[in-house]
Amino acid sequence: MNGTDIGRSTLIGMPPWAIVLFYVLTAAALAIFTWGIVRLVRKYRMGRRAAGRRPAASELLRTFFRAIGNVTVLRDDLYAGIAHLLVLSGFVVLFIGTLIVLVDRDILRFVLPSLVFWEGDFYLGFSTFMDVFGVILLAGLLMLAVRRAFSRLPQLDYRHSFREEVSRRSMAAGDWVFLGLIFFIVIGGFALEAVRLVAVRPEFEVWSPVGWWASDILRSAGMDAGEASSWYPVFWWTHSAASLAFVAYVPWSKAVHMLLAYVSLAWKDETQNASLPAPPENEAGGYTAPTDLTWLELVGLDTCIRCGRCHVRCPSSLAGMPLSPRDVILELRNHANNTLLHLRGNGNGLHRMTGDVIPEQTLWSCISCSNCATHCPVGINHVPLMVQMRRALVSDGSVDEQLQQTLVNLQRCGNAMGQSDRMRAKWTKELPFKIRDARREDVEYLWFVGDNASYDPRVQGYTRITAKLFEAAGLDFGILYEAERNAGNDVRRVGEEGLFEMLAEKNIRAFAKSRFRTIVTTDPHSYNTLKNEYPAFGAEYPVIHYTELLAALIENGHLLPVRRVGGRVTYQDPCYLARYNGLEDTPRTLLDYAGVELVEMKRRGRDAWCCGAGGGRLWMEDIPAKDERPAEQRIREAAALDGVDTIVTACPKDLVMFTDAIKNVGLEGKFFVRDIAHYVWEAIEQPIPEHLEKEA
Amino acid sequence: MNILVILKQVPDLVEELEINDDGTDLDRTWMRYIPSEYDEHALEQAILLKEEHGGTVTALCLRIGEVDDTLFTAAARGADRLVRIEGDFEGISSRDAAAVYADHIRRGNYDLVLTGVQAHDDLNGPVGARLAAQLEIPYVGVVSGMHLDPETGVIHLHKEYPGGLLTVIRTELPAVVGIQSAVKPPRYVPIAKIRQASKSAEIGEETAEPQSLTPGYTVRRVFKPEGGGRAEIIDGAPEDIAARLVSIFSEHGLVR
Amino acid sequence: MSISIFVIAEHLEGTLADMTFEMLGKARQLADERGGTVTAVLAGYNVAQLAEQLGAADALILIEDELLAEFAPQPYQDVISGLIRERAPGLVMVGSTSMGLDLAAALATTLNVPMLSSCIDLSVEDDAYVVTSQLYGGKIMMETAVTAGTAIAQILPGAFRAEDGQRAGTPTLEEIPPGLHPENFRMRFENFIKPEAGDIDITQAPILVSVGRGIQTQENIALAEELAEALGGSVSSSRPIVDQDWLPVTRQVGKSGMSVKPRLYLALGISGAPEHVEGMKNADLIVAVNTDPDAPIFSVAHYGVVADIFDVMPALEERLGERVS
Repeated sequence: MNGTDIGRSTLIGMPPWAIVLFYVLTAAALAIFTWGIVRLVRKYRMGRRAAGRRPAASELLRTFFRAIGNVTVLRDDLYAGIAHLLVLSGFVVLFIGTLIVLVDRDILRFVLPSLVFWEGDFYLGFSTFMDVFGVILLAGLLMLAVRRAFSRLPQLDYRHSFREEVSRRSMAAGDWVFLGLIFFIVIGGFALEAVRLVAVRPEFEVWSPVGWWASDILRSAGMDAGEASSWYPVFWWTHSAASLAFVAYVPWSKAVHMLLAYVSLAWKDETQNASLPAPPENEAGGYTAPTDLTWLELVGLDTCIRCGRCHVRCPSSLAGMPLSPRDVILELRNHANNTLLHLRGNGNGLHRMTGDVIPEQTLWSCISCSNCATHCPVGINHVPLMVQMRRALVSDGSVDEQLQQTLVNLQRCGNAMGQSDRMRAKWTKELPFKIRDARREDVEYLWFVGDNASYDPRVQGYTRITAKLFEAAGLDFGILYEAERNAGNDVRRVGEEGLFEMLAEKNIRAFAKSRFRTIVTTDPHSYNTLKNEYPAFGAEYPVIHYTELLAALIENGHLLPVRRVGGRVTYQDPCYLARYNGLEDTPRTLLDYAGVELVEMKRRGRDAWCCGAGGGRLWMEDIPAKDERPAEQRIREAAALDGVDTIVTACPKDLVMFTDAIKNVGLEGKFFVRDIAHYVWEAIEQPIPEHLEKEA
Repeated sequence: MNILVILKQVPDLVEELEINDDGTDLDRTWMRYIPSEYDEHALEQAILLKEEHGGTVTALCLRIGEVDDTLFTAAARGADRLVRIEGDFEGISSRDAAAVYADHIRRGNYDLVLTGVQAHDDLNGPVGARLAAQLEIPYVGVVSGMHLDPETGVIHLHKEYPGGLLTVIRTELPAVVGIQSAVKPPRYVPIAKIRQASKSAEIGEETAEPQSLTPGYTVRRVFKPEGGGRAEIIDGAPEDIAARLVSIFSEHGLVR
Repeated sequence: MSISIFVIAEHLEGTLADMTFEMLGKARQLADERGGTVTAVLAGYNVAQLAEQLGAADALILIEDELLAEFAPQPYQDVISGLIRERAPGLVMVGSTSMGLDLAAALATTLNVPMLSSCIDLSVEDDAYVVTSQLYGGKIMMETAVTAGTAIAQILPGAFRAEDGQRAGTPTLEEIPPGLHPENFRMRFENFIKPEAGDIDITQAPILVSVGRGIQTQENIALAEELAEALGGSVSSSRPIVDQDWLPVTRQVGKSGMSVKPRLYLALGISGAPEHVEGMKNADLIVAVNTDPDAPIFSVAHYGVVADIFDVMPALEERLGERVS
């Protein structure tokens, strides 16, 4: 037996009409596929141009390997990630195999017969390879089916978070169709192989181990070659029809993520959450219709495979507020399809996108913690979408009374509390020294104190400790006194872009009048916007967080921790430090310097659980929640740690939220929230001011 | 239907108010002014009327502190014309201000004048009532709702009384109305719209010499009410406060 | 000097308003101290029977006309300004009420006499009426003096005690023909719109737990309800709560709401704007809880607690619960 005898022909023994029919069906499937793709591309072209960014070739390549390697899927859910990896690799291999057969049998055989290669040793290796990956694919599908059928995971709970009347039955059925169709194709392929190997049984086909084994079973069940031959066309047509149906089905179903996820991931602008995109240039200055979305955002909507990772990580969703990032994306996708594909207009005559499709309460429930976008395996950026829609609400004046009052306060006084700007530095009066006015004297560090740290009596004590630490270290620093304005991070996330710009301009004017080298902030929210958003307005200064500065002061010997404070505490990663800006280690190092034992909560770093104050939620009326609010859930999580009685924060908003939450869960006097500066202060052996001890 | 809305600038009570050296007036050197809250309701009501019946809304401001922002905000809300009257108006009484407004209105062609029912610094009473008396046209104040019949030039005003009681007063136009609250609270105006208005809207400028008639009274003393008042402050942890309160209630025979 | 004070009586739906008695009481006291006369001016229609309640006045001027049956500014201004011009009293007291706010400044303009608003105190010196006005949201007081001619003072409700003016007596009655010409008036009273009945009457409640902006959300009103139940009282509120539709207008205390005189008024998260204070300052016992130590409510309260209402409410409820059990 020589090499050229090993191999087989396809479509052998089929009558000519059947061959014609097969090619007609193939053409039809490809046509439906192409039609689906064209339709999607046309839809995406109705979106706005995505601002500026085009990924470099190296990035495209890197994302390709990340996608093939399932990095974003494996990252947060090992079981699902492995299952998906099995399915993906099996699918890709079988698909490539099909292509090889196609190229060899349907092209080379007719065009360049001398180059035909699907034979001999290659054929044998190919057969084994395909069989093995067929099994891998089946294993992955089985894992996913088991998970979907039996696990009762909350991320697979499709109940709608803000439209209870919506039935998700067909959606769940669609998932099974996707899973089932692939399963049917693979099983069908093996069955076909087995029937073929009953009918004709060349020895070399033992290299198709699964098919060989299955054919043995058929034979022992009594099937003979003649019977197999007569069954063969049935199996062949079934398998072929299913495969062609799948091709046609891809752009019309969640299977399309196979094509789109890569685009969404490759073009994703990772900086977009920390530095929000500009509003669209329409009258509302925000998103009012699907045509306001960028093409990339429209792609993102279609890419969503409703894996629910955002859904189970959204603090508002878990508090039972009327928001789930997943449902927002799915509703927007529906609306975009209804309007862009079917009506060819923005369709807002029927339903307003902001207000009807996505209810106002849903938009106001977002706390901009970005836990959704950080964990989305297909690269959807939820927060900018939410803010763009909020911008449209703000433009209409649709804000609740409390938020309206806050925004007016910010306009008039530059702070959310509505207190006089002249009172901004009142907290310094109780200090034994005077803080320099950076507008009058040159300083190295400009301390941007922020609203809560300046005005909120619950925080002021810690602000004074930080000031004393700076002073004790001999730091050359000053503040802006009444010229400081709210930095505008949360104003921007509320959707009041004009006010954000106004505040930024005022701060930047004050910066310009002052002489300093570096800005140091107390509030992580200010930190984020000063560092990531102000440069676009022409203010490019180095910006650091006070935890970074304190750590540096200790490291270069300006502050000397002389005693170990002791105690077991846990640390709350502020969203805008950890998730937004990757600042996780420095605060922990500070606790280490202070000799405090740190017990970590499970959700930390990029997984940290938001206190619920962000995105301007601190300024709004409460939205009815079915369950405990995020801050209260967090306090329970922290208090459940063995021997831990304190949650340490590096964010004034956390202090405010947790102070209330501790009362609400009834742990007052038993569990405490403290600013990290407290421990540094104690470590350099300074007595804690009495009034603060009382507060704590 | 031409509606005039009078927007009065009043001291922002967020700021600590200072009294001048001889104790007869406020020290206005550093004063920050904001539009009177009731006047903002008057403007909102005017816009609502315009939305329903058409016409124009003119917003009028005496130059007291920075008024351009107030006027541009009015434009962003929907006012069609903006008028700023220049003159020495800081600390002007409602009586003297009414004379300035009356002069402007006589030269204009207004069917309806809306103003806040009062302002927190009106020592001489509501400006609307004074204005209407000068112009000898009807005035109704403490109004929180209205129904306009533009055909007949009649407006039905809902005047508030304690306990949610309303009376409807039928008034012929032109008239002055003192607004207690607009039918819907004033909506939020985003800064972008105010900035847009500040680029596109024009402020018509007029000048007036406030006539200062002898007021007929002398201000003897301006002072702050005694701090803390007469309340006895109860301190302590919530439990201690509760215990003390319950014992006070019990002393007064309020609890068993 | 011998004083001469006119008090413009107010009535609504056949009942004299408390405002009338508050003004009469003060006028009576000044007249008793200084000598002089107090004249009540009662304009209306079929109101003669109210005269007997105005015993605190020395004289009563009654002006009756169908056009005066219910208040509309123009006819009232017309008859009252004519009367003042003719009689030239030293001081005319008008309430800072829905009726008085329309009347006083208009009278002052028509008659070209001084007028002082937001009057919270009144005294008479040798040659002057001394008026103390509460302005700037209660943050500033202005003391002014008027000497010659007629002056009008617009009195804040609740500034004086109504009891002092509720006296039986037989003031000399003088009826004056109104001489109104309907064709001169370009306005008229049409009808009343009454609030929906069925809710509780907070003016009758012995104990009121009253909530303001500090309650934050509609849900939290339930906490106040619980506390009110524990105390055996009812829940009332300041205006913002009603504007938010969190409570019906029948629960509102203050200028545009009810004037209440409960045995206990527990103000939770109410800052105490003058418009609110005038509706509750006569309560027997006022306890205020507010986080802002400078809140004006503490200057009318008998007891003040500077704290978060959400700390105090549960603690108080618990304490009350202990007493019962």
